[in-house]
Amino acid sequence: MINFNLFVLPFFLGLIYVVIAIGKSWYRWVRKLPAIDKVRFISGIRSPGQIFGALKEVFLEGLIHRRMWKQNPLLGYMHMSFALGWFLLIVFGNIESRFYSGTHLNAPYYPIFLKFFIHDRLVIFFEVFSVPGIFRFLMDFLLLFVLSGLVLALIKRQKSNWFGMKRTTAFQLTDIVSLGSLWLIFPMRLLAESYTAGYYGSGGGFLTQPLGNLLVWIVPFRDDFVAYGLWWGYSLVLGIFFITLPYSRYMHIPTEILLIFFRHFGIQPGKWYSSFSDVEVQACSRCGVCIDVCQLNEAGIHDSQAVYFIRGVRDKYVPEEISRKCLVCGRCQEACPVGISTDSLRLIKRRELVSGQASDFSYLAPRPGAASRFDEPPRQGEVAYFAGCMSHLTPSIIRAMKGIMEHAGVSFTHLDADKSICCGRPLKLAGKDRQANELIEFNKKLIRLTGAKTLVTSCPICYRVFREEYNIPIRIQHHTQFILDLVKTGKISFEGDYKKVAYHDPCDLGRGSGVYEAPRDLIGHFAISVPVSQEANKALCCGGSLGMFEASQGQRNTMTAGVLNILLQAQPDVLATACPLCKKTLEKQSPVAVKDIAELVYESLPKTVCCSVSGQSHPAKSYEDELISV
Amino acid sequence: MNRQVAVIGAGITGMTAAGALSELGIDVILLEKEEHTGGHVKNWDRLFPSRRPAKEVLDFTGKSMATGVDIRCGSAVESIGHNKGIFTIRPVKGEPVNAMSVVLATGYDLFDARKKEEYGYGIYDNVITSAELETIFSEGKKLTTHQGTTPQRIGIIHCVGSRDEKVGNLYCSKVCCVTGVKQAIEIREMLPGCEVFSFYMDLRMYDRNFEELYFEAQQKWGVSFIRGRLSECAENPDHSLVLKTEDTLTGRPLKMTVDMMILLVGFVPSPETVRIARMLGLSSGPDGFLLPADEHFHDNTTTIPGLFLAGAVKGPACIVNSMADARATAMQVKSYLNGEMLK
Amino acid sequence: MAKNFGYKILPGESIDFDRNDKLIARYLVEHEPSINLCIGCGSCTATCSTGHFTDFNIRRMHTFILRGETKHIKKEIQKCMFCGKCQLVCPRGVNLRNVILTINRAIEHLG
Repeated sequence: MINFNLFVLPFFLGLIYVVIAIGKSWYRWVRKLPAIDKVRFISGIRSPGQIFGALKEVFLEGLIHRRMWKQNPLLGYMHMSFALGWFLLIVFGNIESRFYSGTHLNAPYYPIFLKFFIHDRLVIFFEVFSVPGIFRFLMDFLLLFVLSGLVLALIKRQKSNWFGMKRTTAFQLTDIVSLGSLWLIFPMRLLAESYTAGYYGSGGGFLTQPLGNLLVWIVPFRDDFVAYGLWWGYSLVLGIFFITLPYSRYMHIPTEILLIFFRHFGIQPGKWYSSFSDVEVQACSRCGVCIDVCQLNEAGIHDSQAVYFIRGVRDKYVPEEISRKCLVCGRCQEACPVGISTDSLRLIKRRELVSGQASDFSYLAPRPGAASRFDEPPRQGEVAYFAGCMSHLTPSIIRAMKGIMEHAGVSFTHLDADKSICCGRPLKLAGKDRQANELIEFNKKLIRLTGAKTLVTSCPICYRVFREEYNIPIRIQHHTQFILDLVKTGKISFEGDYKKVAYHDPCDLGRGSGVYEAPRDLIGHFAISVPVSQEANKALCCGGSLGMFEASQGQRNTMTAGVLNILLQAQPDVLATACPLCKKTLEKQSPVAVKDIAELVYESLPKTVCCSVSGQSHPAKSYEDELISV
Repeated sequence: MNRQVAVIGAGITGMTAAGALSELGIDVILLEKEEHTGGHVKNWDRLFPSRRPAKEVLDFTGKSMATGVDIRCGSAVESIGHNKGIFTIRPVKGEPVNAMSVVLATGYDLFDARKKEEYGYGIYDNVITSAELETIFSEGKKLTTHQGTTPQRIGIIHCVGSRDEKVGNLYCSKVCCVTGVKQAIEIREMLPGCEVFSFYMDLRMYDRNFEELYFEAQQKWGVSFIRGRLSECAENPDHSLVLKTEDTLTGRPLKMTVDMMILLVGFVPSPETVRIARMLGLSSGPDGFLLPADEHFHDNTTTIPGLFLAGAVKGPACIVNSMADARATAMQVKSYLNGEMLK
Repeated sequence: MAKNFGYKILPGESIDFDRNDKLIARYLVEHEPSINLCIGCGSCTATCSTGHFTDFNIRRMHTFILRGETKHIKKEIQKCMFCGKCQLVCPRGVNLRNVILTINRAIEHLG
């Protein structure tokens, strides 16, 4: 018989269309990559190792949806049943069809509508242990697997909280058509296969055969036109899904595959909008996971979460303030199941917005005949200590650091004792990279003049930009890492009681720079850490972020109250952090004392040392003791 | 133990209220968590604006309580409740008290200056609070730096913990301005060779004779006033302090080295007030101080019949106003007990 | 020019509020209303990292803008390092980093 029927056309044409559309997009994205990334791409596709790595991730993320599983098992199962189930239906359908056609090359529609084309081949229902029987079982099982996901998807529309999601994104028209057809595909397949099996009395599996028999019994007129109509319907919904796919959110599926390959080839987001950014934007599935993790919700801000921002970029319209209304804390980036670099995208937009603005830092130029703008050249020292601008408002951190270094016998020079040139990151967060680079050059010169081997900073904001942008051939440490080294080399030791400490990860130190362990190890030497329900890479922003421009103080306060609730759950004696900005922000509203780890270290040094260094006048009663007694 | 009225808090407000009630012939018990009566006022040397010794005021108020008031010190309130018009108070020591009416006069606390870290209190040696300076005066000690030298220049910092969104207190504490002016005069009196600079945002000389005191500080004592809020402070190796502010009247940043810095700490709701209010279900304003039933018409009463508020539980208040409020409360209590309460 | 910004208090240089162009002021107030909360305490200027090197004065600058005096603003505003200390000390919760950013935009869009 001829394995063709007119009804395959909607599917077949749709398939050709979608393959061409995806191919075109992929080709365009690759072609438009910046030159350096193009080189990376070409060498990537020649490297079996990178290809294998990418394929493995495509399997794990695209089919199994590993990150979704971590997010919420129900959500993971729903996505997996759709993706993996459909994928296996195609794979096993192909193998099954070869068995019937006897050839390896079948038209693409043949396996899809196999049950129509083979309806006249009588097979007995109970023939379970034969090859066709096993396939019939398998195909029905996979169909059931996909349908179970569909049921969950329907439930999710009503009860998204069961899936760990409080909020989800709104649909656009193409999304509704696309989603509607997607949801109809498998029920239509079930109906078509079942009715066909029922009508011809054989060919179905454990699911389709009994259902088919039932359908034939229910439907008042018994005609093969019913089956035929159902096959048409199945083909039509497939066709509609394929044709609308490039214009709907489901384009994220093929785009994510390309993104995974890009990443495995070492391509990274740049400073400006590139083909890579475009791929990231299109790879956004609009799942809305980023909405739930965003702390702006607490502040009553519901229009600038990553998914909305990305939608704006995709639609080529981002209201200016949306790009500035973000903490740049990195929580959405951490949670994104596709791994989109949401913060980078936001900063790209900010750069575009301020590109016409100039800066004038000529006042930082060295005076005639002098090495720097400072009145005296910086002192020489083994360690250059850069407290950071913010630390000038937290003198106890500076006192602690000086005390610790003096105690450990470290030869250090305090780079910003009086005046300080900003590290540049605050400008970068405003999108002013060019201007930031000027400051960076001034600071680099200053650091070089000290001859130091290690640059230590108390500020995670500075630390991050020192590491990412300074390119200086000396060791760069945040003070928690530096102090931990002092402990490990036996230069400092502790005495005194062990307090209960809850540690707050500063965004730029934790997610921003990956420093999670050093502060925790350090605390373990002199205090008892209490668990915090959202910590390390899931830690909350204190609310004081320099990345945020469009929040009122009241909105910031609300976010701070939220993070304090989490931090105080285990009733710590003291809140520890490792950032002057976090400290100042939390301190404002915290009922318990907030201290930098450096301060806690300093207080836990053997007492004789502590007092001789500071000449402290009020050592008797500690702040938190008083608060606790209240 | 049954009493007609229980007054909680034996600061100047509670003492005045208890004294006035007892003079009205009412059987009153005064509960105080500390070992002595007198509250914040007992730490004061002289009072603004007349610079009358604080002791005189305490003695006068003490005398009014001499007959009839049952004073119980060391009796912090462990729990308080009310049922059918009877209040039951369980102090930490002694037997429970039943009363027909309660006057809540638990007052305020001073702002903890360590919360304003950039000012260096608790970090630098020569930063003290206005309350500590007052104690030095009242103990008759000589004002010296932590190192024992006589200060040559002192900076007085206004609005520490008040009018400051950054510590969560938007309100003005009212009494610090005039306290600062009074203390500036007293420093000049004690140490004629010492320059005194006051750093202020606005000077709120709102009450009778306050402005005159400000005038006197300038005219007679040569106190200098610089309009600028302190933003940060650093310590020199010799433990003198470098203040950074803007001299807003010239529009330029100003750096000044001083030997000592006095922080005029403001009012905050006392944790004791907050705790008792929570037990009674009283509501407080956004500033944390308690709310009376109506700011104009029922400013001593609450939503609970028989429960009265007096003095600084309702927000910053000077001694004169607290005492007046206490006497007004006493009258209200009497009306309530007579069943003549204006509803 | 910029060096003398705001210092001269000569009769001819009094602020002519009626005649001054308050376009930038209006833009600023509209886009960052917290600027209205300023009580001119000077904390921001005193703590300013840039102010430690130069005569940059953020308080005076935005006060001038609100009065419609914008002659020297364009050059002055370029000196800001954006470190955010001003915002951290402001007793009124003025969103100062966005004030600067908004002034930048106002100059860009409105001259």
